[in-house]
Amino acid sequence: MFATWNSIRKNDVDIILLLVLATPLIGSIILMLAGHRGVAPELNAGLSLITFVASAFLAANIVANGPSTFFSHYFFLDSLNVFIAGLTAFVGLTTALFSRPYMRVERDAGRMTKVRMRLYHSMYQLFMFTMLLALLTNSVGIMWVALESATLTVLLLVSIYRTAASIEAAWKYFILSGVGVALALFGTVLLYLAAARHFGGDADALMWTNLQMAKSYLEPGIMAFAFVFLLVGYGTKMGLVPMHSWLPDAHAEGPTPISAVLSGLLLNVALYAILRFKVLMDGALQNGLPGKMMVGFGLVSALVATFSLSRQKDVKRMFSYSSIEHVGIMTFTFGIGGAIGTYAGLLHMAMHSLVKSAIFFSVGHACQKAGTQIMSDIRGLLKVSPTVGWGMILGPLAILGLPPFGVFSSEFLIVTNAIREMPWAVPLLLLALGVAFATIISRIQMMVFGEPTVRPLAHSPALLPVFAHLGLALLFGLYMPPYLNEWFVKAVHVIIG
Amino acid sequence: MPMQILNLFAALMLLLTFAMLGQRKIMTLIQLFVLHGLMVVASAILIAYQTHNHHLYYSAALTFAVKVVVIPLILRKLLLSLSVKREVDPLVNVPTTMLIGIVLVIIAFNLAIPVAALSSSIASGTLGIALACIFLSFMMMLVRSNAVPQVIGFLSMENGLFFAATAVTDGMPLLVELGVALAVVGGTLVVGLFMFQMREHFDDLNVRNLEQHKEE
Repeated sequence: MFATWNSIRKNDVDIILLLVLATPLIGSIILMLAGHRGVAPELNAGLSLITFVASAFLAANIVANGPSTFFSHYFFLDSLNVFIAGLTAFVGLTTALFSRPYMRVERDAGRMTKVRMRLYHSMYQLFMFTMLLALLTNSVGIMWVALESATLTVLLLVSIYRTAASIEAAWKYFILSGVGVALALFGTVLLYLAAARHFGGDADALMWTNLQMAKSYLEPGIMAFAFVFLLVGYGTKMGLVPMHSWLPDAHAEGPTPISAVLSGLLLNVALYAILRFKVLMDGALQNGLPGKMMVGFGLVSALVATFSLSRQKDVKRMFSYSSIEHVGIMTFTFGIGGAIGTYAGLLHMAMHSLVKSAIFFSVGHACQKAGTQIMSDIRGLLKVSPTVGWGMILGPLAILGLPPFGVFSSEFLIVTNAIREMPWAVPLLLLALGVAFATIISRIQMMVFGEPTVRPLAHSPALLPVFAHLGLALLFGLYMPPYLNEWFVKAVHVIIG
Repeated sequence: MPMQILNLFAALMLLLTFAMLGQRKIMTLIQLFVLHGLMVVASAILIAYQTHNHHLYYSAALTFAVKVVVIPLILRKLLLSLSVKREVDPLVNVPTTMLIGIVLVIIAFNLAIPVAALSSSIASGTLGIALACIFLSFMMMLVRSNAVPQVIGFLSMENGLFFAATAVTDGMPLLVELGVALAVVGGTLVVGLFMFQMREHFDDLNVRNLEQHKEE
């Protein structure tokens, strides 16, 4: 079936790419005007559906025909970025579906006024646009601008309830990510300095495609210096320790759909940026320094996150620390590199996005039913609402790496690869996984079983997103479709060259 | 000769950053920030004239509009309409701040030497000053407990970055600079919005009010 994409002319792919980027951008303008109406949640989901279908076409085409540039090389698409863009559009769609009943409950509870509904829907689409732009652009500078704009939209979304705690979370996010973004920009300037020495101050010197071709000629000293700034800068955006303290606050205080897309998507986009830089640095440095730095940051993040996780009382904070842990594990395995490590990292990225956003969907419904995010006040979910209860059991089991879910496959690959390549790190990795397992299992048990403290709600929960995500995670745990496997292998080749 | 003028601008910029670090009056802080922005614009024009790089004139004009005119105006308006305290003490006393600042400058210069040695076009002094401005502004964000000085710290860090981009690389591609300027204006507007909300909740812009999540 996919062979038919070969016949699509390049012009048509241009139009599909335009559709992927223009739909959320125009959508955000439409929703800025009409976001408070009754149909706005459906409109939001519909726009996300168009974006998803278009990016699926785009991805299928690129996987079939190989990497290519578009719009006079301003956009560059290969198996790696269309994979993450497809994942982004998919989770964007399911989160929009989840947010329909969720935001209606919030509106009925008086937490969302008309103005806030407009802001929420408009910023949701703008957030999707900035992430897709960051992924698909060919320019390192535009990627920086897109990620910075993504931060700004998240700031508005996190503070949308206007409570003291949410403003505090947003301010902390602004200060920390402001520093991160500045460091990343300085890293970009240094990268441009190295590139301009080779290309001679050309505007095209910051294009991924050009940098990729010239990577072995770039000055190693400047590149190493640049990578430190880029890793810490973009690392802030994905919650790497020590720049992680904004992440739990932002997850806990913002609306739950935003927690889902933050954990499921924004972290991936920042990691994507670091991966691209790592490819360049490996070409320029030839000494494996970037990989070693990523291993270090990744391990420390995973360990710090799991021990902080065990101290949390708020369910959203607990799962946001779990996101830091998993981002740490991904950074670790991409740092080790090699074909297997990178494949496992990509698989883990996809599985974590699907499962963690499914968990946040269940958590969102559960917290609305209980009227609180404090875990000790949520009891007996299974009795009142069996489906949400099951979502709350299966999601955490999946993220903890229990077979037969896909996270098990990816973590199994990561650990076995680490045993072969970096044995000293394995006990630390297993310690992180073990502590997270013990903590989350015991907390979930208390929330799901027991005498109910939760009540049913007026709007029935959106179950399709939860179980679609968990079903996909289950599928990839049991059986990897050959088409996807081939796609992953192509993406791995982009990273390891 | 032009190189010496550039060094003069860079040195003045470093001096202004130190002045901002120790300044308690918020209105004066904004004026210092305007001067800081002017130094950056002046050095960009100088480099544009010297290298005949026309797009640097555009970015200099853009920086002038954003950093010297629009953002100080927004900040001043905010300050007047919020009627907050006009004088704020830093968390760390001024002499200590200055001493730490000097140490940071030394570190920045030492970091800059190997990188500048690799580049034919730049003196290690300019890169060192750019890096020092970034570090000092970063410190300003840390030692101030009021939201306005924190934002000015953020913006002067941006100035340092822009200076690094022009003095070190003769300017980034125009499209990138446009985007960066847009992001900075957007950020300032969003932050202005926050200040109004902070004021509603806490009657002041002191971020020490924001301590609910301190336990972690």
